[in-house]
Order: sequence, then structure tokens, then C-alpha cells
Amino acid sequence: MPFIPHTEKDTREMLAAIGADSIEDLFDEIPAALRIDHLHGVPEALSEMEISRLMRERAHMDGSPMCFIGAGAYEHHIPTAVWDIATRGEFYSAYTPYQAEASQGTLQTIYEYQTMITELTGLDVSNASLYDGASGLAEAALMAVRANRKVKSGLVLLAPGVNPVYEHVAEAIAGSQGLKFEWLPVDAVTGNVAFDQLPEGQEPVAVVMQQPTFPGTLEDVDRLTDWAHEQGAFAIGIANPMSLAILKAPGHWGELGVDIACGEGQPLGVPLSSGGPYFGYMTCKQKHVRQMPGRIVGRTTDLDGNPGFALTLQAREQHIRRSKATSNICTNQGLMVTAATIYMSLLGAEGIARVAQMSHANTTRLVDGLCAIDGIERLYEGPYFHEVALKLDRPVAPVLETLASKGILGGYDLTADAGCDAVLICATETKTGTDIDACIAAYAEAMS
Amino acid sequence: MSELIFEKSRGGRRAFAQAPGDDHITSIPEQFLRSDKPRLPEASELQTVRHYTRLSQKNFSIDTQFYPLGSCTMKYNPRACNALALLPEFAGRHPLGPVSHGQGFLTCMYELQEMLKDVTGMKGVSLTPMAGAQGELAGVAMIKAYHESRGDTERDEIIVPDAAHGTNPATATMCGCVVKEIPTGPDGDVDMDALKAVLGPKTAGIMLTNPSTLGVFERHIKDIADMVHDAGGLLYYDGANLNAILGKVRPGDMDFDVIHMNLHKTFSTPHGGGGPGSGAVGVNKRLLPFMPIPVVTQKEVDDGVVYDWAQEEDLPQSIGRLSGFMGNSGVLLRAYVYMRMLGRDGMERVAEYATLNANYLMARLRDAGFELAFPERRASHEFIVTLKHEAKEFQLTAMDVAKALLDRNFHAPTTYFPLLVPECLLIEPTETESKETLDNFMAAMIDIAKAARDDGVQYKEAPYTMPVRRLDDVKAARELDLRYQK
Repeated sequence: MPFIPHTEKDTREMLAAIGADSIEDLFDEIPAALRIDHLHGVPEALSEMEISRLMRERAHMDGSPMCFIGAGAYEHHIPTAVWDIATRGEFYSAYTPYQAEASQGTLQTIYEYQTMITELTGLDVSNASLYDGASGLAEAALMAVRANRKVKSGLVLLAPGVNPVYEHVAEAIAGSQGLKFEWLPVDAVTGNVAFDQLPEGQEPVAVVMQQPTFPGTLEDVDRLTDWAHEQGAFAIGIANPMSLAILKAPGHWGELGVDIACGEGQPLGVPLSSGGPYFGYMTCKQKHVRQMPGRIVGRTTDLDGNPGFALTLQAREQHIRRSKATSNICTNQGLMVTAATIYMSLLGAEGIARVAQMSHANTTRLVDGLCAIDGIERLYEGPYFHEVALKLDRPVAPVLETLASKGILGGYDLTADAGCDAVLICATETKTGTDIDACIAAYAEAMS
Repeated sequence: MSELIFEKSRGGRRAFAQAPGDDHITSIPEQFLRSDKPRLPEASELQTVRHYTRLSQKNFSIDTQFYPLGSCTMKYNPRACNALALLPEFAGRHPLGPVSHGQGFLTCMYELQEMLKDVTGMKGVSLTPMAGAQGELAGVAMIKAYHESRGDTERDEIIVPDAAHGTNPATATMCGCVVKEIPTGPDGDVDMDALKAVLGPKTAGIMLTNPSTLGVFERHIKDIADMVHDAGGLLYYDGANLNAILGKVRPGDMDFDVIHMNLHKTFSTPHGGGGPGSGAVGVNKRLLPFMPIPVVTQKEVDDGVVYDWAQEEDLPQSIGRLSGFMGNSGVLLRAYVYMRMLGRDGMERVAEYATLNANYLMARLRDAGFELAFPERRASHEFIVTLKHEAKEFQLTAMDVAKALLDRNFHAPTTYFPLLVPECLLIEPTETESKETLDNFMAAMIDIAKAARDDGVQYKEAPYTMPVRRLDDVKAARELDLRYQK
């Protein structure tokens, strides 16, 4: 019996202690009419050897193509130590650290994570993480409504550079609580917000901006943050945490900095893994900490006066406040946060800056090579980080299919989002000059 | 506490093998760059490895201790599930990669959907919700969308029993609904008169856990389903306790319209120190059009089948997307491997041995003098001991027992939940624990209580053997120290 240790003797003795004749008797409170005899849609059991073989075959079907797709999830080198340690049973198979004395490992790790992510984002406090970047925006918007109490509009304005999927997710999660999400006008040349067309007098509760933007450009976030504050709105900044080793931290955008920062933590040591599990980070200014959703770890002292860690501010949470909680969330992405903490510790500020810098440089090489091909040009002017939107003179899908057949994932098809034939490409530090040349050559051939 | 990694830092130190070389090509203007350096640790690879390995050793975990945490299903997480989900092709697969380079992954996801449909008796499954609470959100959103699609726009009340998990009322509020709480009868079943009294034209639905958080099966479930449906409402099944009935009875057969499953409980994906979870939802026929996207579809083609995503255009009435891509897909792979290793027969054994273990431990503790919250009832996969007499007579509280158990190398059961039983311990042994472990745990419980009763031993300052003593929660909340500041 896989994963069940009972011998026949055990079972007999246990039933005798209960005073039952059979295991079946233990289900006698379930109305007979509801009982099922057998499952039909589950296959027979496989041994570990058999399932290993099956999964290796399935994995082989997917292969390991050379990936130049970003669009919210990025391939980076992950040091072996990261997942070796994160999947130690003591981290992997522990529960939420409610019993603090027996969970100091997880708790101290989260405290260190909170410190690191506040350093990267330039803000005062962090929670222990949320599900992912997209759902994190929904939580940030809801938090802004609670914290920015003077404003009753429920209107959240989004800069055009915000990942469009984040808007869908925020709408699905927060839309039923009276929040309205509207896009700010876009400047067709830069792809960024059109400052000369910004609406006045709408009384938004929050303005959301993303840096680098979804199509890879760099937005004038200083000006946009100041504009948000002039409107009486909270400024919410979404940033790729990897980029923050070299780009200005959201806490320092504009005169006052953003009020809340959030985003996708995946680039910090979490594998792509078809989209998850990742983690969403969230940081904010100290004065808003009581409106923050999710778990938070604090350092305190024990009975002997020695320092230790515990979950704190739990009065905000669902298991205490029930229908009046700040969110229904009762998990953080603990394992991913553990991995990210180890990743940040191994690389340090200098290592992450090098990864960011190399990713920027590789993308520059790729873009320069691709733009030398007839029929490919940049979609937007201006600086970028490690991702660039390119306009093609023909439909994108067949080109990407041709590349895929050669084992190259040549970018994310941006056509639906951009309203023209466009592709979003990214070359992280994982790509060599040879890889980049191969991608350029494949495009040249497909476009000839 | 251990020294923080920041306190071990020395300027200029790092894991040199892990970062690329210095590359100075840049076209980023000064205005976008940061001028200060983030103060991250500066440590060698060995220092980092040793630091976090040592931290891990300060945790209790399933792999190292018995973890009878009620309502959390802390069963063994098979190692193979993790290793196979992290095969390089799976771990490295980009979520937006073409389906031509994803048939292996998508096959697993499709088959997982099918297996979950079978074990729950539902007609459709969406795997995208990233935790139980997000599955709940999806479920209540689908209930609302269903009523609204019928022009039935006044229904905004969600009924929740007082024994429910805190996420249930919190979710209902998040979905813009009004929570109507109903009491539990003395036998642990829902108070039917109270239910009748709150049902009406504003009823959107009811959220139930069955077996309930009291560890007993709701015997009137069919009547409840009929009453709620007759009133025009829908039934939501909180799958937190699905482990108790796997292979024995299915939520779909109990007439639930929508359910969520905690894959990190019933299907043994890791708890990871508080996540990732995974909260797949299942629906019956009438809620099929409202499922969150994406879901995996199977299409017949000339030489076999092709797996693809159903997106907005395929499910135009969907409640939408809940994650950036498709939920916690790596967790879903782990659940898939687990289900395949258990197989049909193994799946049926889960409830059998989880229930056997719970009833055995309950019987032995009862015989040893502990008071059960529902002595006349069968335990499901978990049960409740109440220490109200012990607390009154010799000041032995649920908190004391929890902390004293830690000193005996057992993780504590869930304490003070459900809220309606005083001084309670909610104990869930799971099917993967052996009789010896249960016997040892029972002996520890008896020993703790006996020492308190006979010898006046107090545990107010326990635990003594953990890395830290009892922590000052009040200070933690009053003098917030949420990050290291040099």
C-alpha cells in the first residue's frame, strides 16, 4: 500500500481498540445512498520506477528549446544550492510557522527575506509574500482603497506599461469589491504614458505604473509618481526585482516614492516551471503596514529575553478577523521565498547587478542584430532594460513557428496587445554570443 | 536565534561562481538608475549554504516529526513528486512557450483534471487557483456570475456555519457578499432550523466543509442541499477535509455545485513552510461556463490528440484569470505524480487509513480520560479533544499541551480552532503515520496531563528544548521589528 505503513496486525489491533469490525464500519455515518463503490477515472497505481519513466518521457516531449521569451517570467541561472537547500525536508514539509518555537528556521528566513526585498524596493516594510505578481496587484489595489481612506471613487488608473494580464487578474479578484480599473492614455511613439493627455479631476484612489514596462521600455516613473500624488492617489509601483539591482528603487520614485510596491518575484531563483509556483512580493511605507495583506514576520524576544521570530499583526488576518480581514489570503509562497532568500544571499547586490547588467547587454546585442534585418524595427523609441518590442513587416505567428521548429522560442507574440505585428524579445544572462547569433540567423532566414 | 545572514556579511564577499562577468554595455540613462547599493548579504557560498541549512534544522517538519495538525493534512510528501516536477524540461519550460513544446506538460495537466473530476464527481475542473483561499474566491465568484447571468441580481448573501474556516467568511466579503453565520447543533451537525431561517430570495449560496472542521460528517447533507437549492441558492464545498472521504463519497454526489480542493493537503504537495498551496476548483454542469481560465483541453487530430489551452474566447462567461499564467503549475505536477503513484486503489485507501488512524487515536485518548468534543460521533480523519475541565481544575490549557508536546518532539495539534469548542485540540494524524507513532503520541499526551494533574506540573513556560522559549507576541506587534537595520 503506497505510503501507508499499516500491517494487517496493526489494522486488527486498531479496529479492536476502536470497537469496530472493519474499516468500512468507520464510515457508517455517511448515508448509504451517497457512497460510491469504486473510482473509475483513475488508472492503476504506478511504482516510482514506472512513474519516473513516464515523466521523463513527457519531459522529453517538451524538450529544452532556447528561450528568448520574457513577458513576465524570466530564465536566469539558479545556483544549485538554492533548491538543494529549499527542498530539504525541514523547509519543504513544514507548515505555516504558527508554532513559532518549532519554526524559527522558516521565520528567520522570512525575516531575512523581508529585509532583502525592502532593500531592493527602497521601502520600509514587506510582507512574507503573496501568490504571484499578478494577484499581488489586486491585493495592492485593495490595500490602497483601505489605506487611502479620503478617496471614495474606487478608481484605479493603470499606466499603459502595466502587464495586461495583471489588469485582467486584478479585475477578476478585486472587481466585485467596487474597484474600477482604467487605462491611462499611451504615447504611440514611446509606448509609455502620454503625459500631455493625462486626465484631471478623476480622483483616483491609486495610480499603478510598471518599470520596466510590459513592452520593455523605461517609463518616467518619477513624473508619474508625482502626478499620482498630486491627484490625491496612492502610487503603486510594479517592478522586476532583478532590475532593481541597477534601476531606481520604487521607494525613491518622484519626490515621495511610491506608497506600495509589488511584483513578480520569480526572477530571484525560481524556475520558470510553466508559470508557477512563483511568488508576489509586496512592500510599502511604514505607516500603511496595518493595511497590508498576508503574513508578516517580526523579531521579538522570548521568556529569557533572547531574540526570536514570530508571525505578527495577525489581527489583520482571516483566521482572527474572519469576514473583516484585510484579505482572505492564508498562505504565502513560503518555499519560493526560501529559495529567493538563498538566491539573494548567494548573489548579493553585486551579483544581481551583474545578472541585470548582462541581461541588458545581451538584449542590446540581440536587438541590434535583429534590427539589421529587413522588415524588423523597434516598435517604440527610447531606453529599455532587458526586453524590447519589435515590429515585423509580416504576421508574427508563422515566424515564431518556424523558429520553434528549430528549437528557438523567438519571443512573445505581442500582436494582440500592440495592435500591429509585433514580438517581445528578451535575452537574459543565460544566453551566450553563439545563442544570440543563432537567434538572429534564424530570424534572418524566416524573414527572407 | 542564529546570527542573521547580514551580520555574517563582509564587504566584497560573495559566491563568485554564481554571477556572470561584468558587462558594461549600457544605454540606460542616468535618471533611471539607482544611486545607492541595496544592502544585501555579502557572503560566500559555503557561508550561505551553512546558514540556511542550520536554519532549516530549527524547523519541525513532516520529514522529521509527527505533525498532527488538524485541518492541515500533514501527510508524507513523496520525494519522487518533487524530483519529477523539477526535471529540467519541466522546470525550464516557459509558461508562454508554444503548445508544440508543451505536450508533455499539458498531457499531465489534462489527466490531472480528469482524475480530479472522477474523485470529486464534478463535471469540470480548473487547476488555476493558487491556494485554497483563491479556490474559494473563484467558487463564490462563479456562484455570483451564475445568478447574474440569469438576471437574479439580488442574491448577495453567503451562508457560513460558525465552525467554518476563517477563509470562508473572508472570501465571501472579498466577493462583495454579505455573510450570514449559522450555528452548529450540539451533535456537530448544522442547525437546520437556523438554516431554514436565513434562506430566502437573497441567498446566493452556502459554504460547507464536509466532514466539518469539527471532525464529523454532516449527516443531513442531502436535506441541506435540497433546502438551499429550493431557495435558489448554490452549494459550495470547501475541500479542506477531502482526505476524509476520498474514494468513499464525492462532493458531486452530495449535490455540491462548486468545490475547491487543497492539493497541498489531500494530494500531498508540500506545505513549504506556508505555501505554495494549490486550490483547483471543480464545478457541476451549470457552472461549467464560468470556470476560471486557462483550462487544458484535448482535441482530436489526424494522428492522435493535441492538448491546448482554453482561453477567453473559448469560455466567454469565465470569471477570468486569477494568476499571471496558469496557477502553481509545478505544484500541479507534484499532485499528478502523487495521484498516479497511488492509483485507483490507493486513492480509496487514503480515506480508509486516515479515518482508521483518527478513530484509533480518538478511542485511545478517550480511554485515557481525555474528553472528546463529540463523544457520540465517529471521527472522520480528525477529531477534537477539549481540555475545558483540565483548564479549570489544574490550569492545563490547550496552549500548554501544545507547547509541552513540542518538548516531547511532537508538533502540536491545531489549537483553539474551531472557535466554538473551548480549550480544544484538533488532531489529524493522516494515513501515512504508523501505529507506533500514534501510540507514542498518545503516551506523551497522557504523560503531560498526568504530570499536571498528579504532580502539579505547570507548562506555562514550556517549551524548554526548542531553539527559543515562548515568544512575546504582544511586543512583536507593539514594537514592530520587521527587518534588519544596521
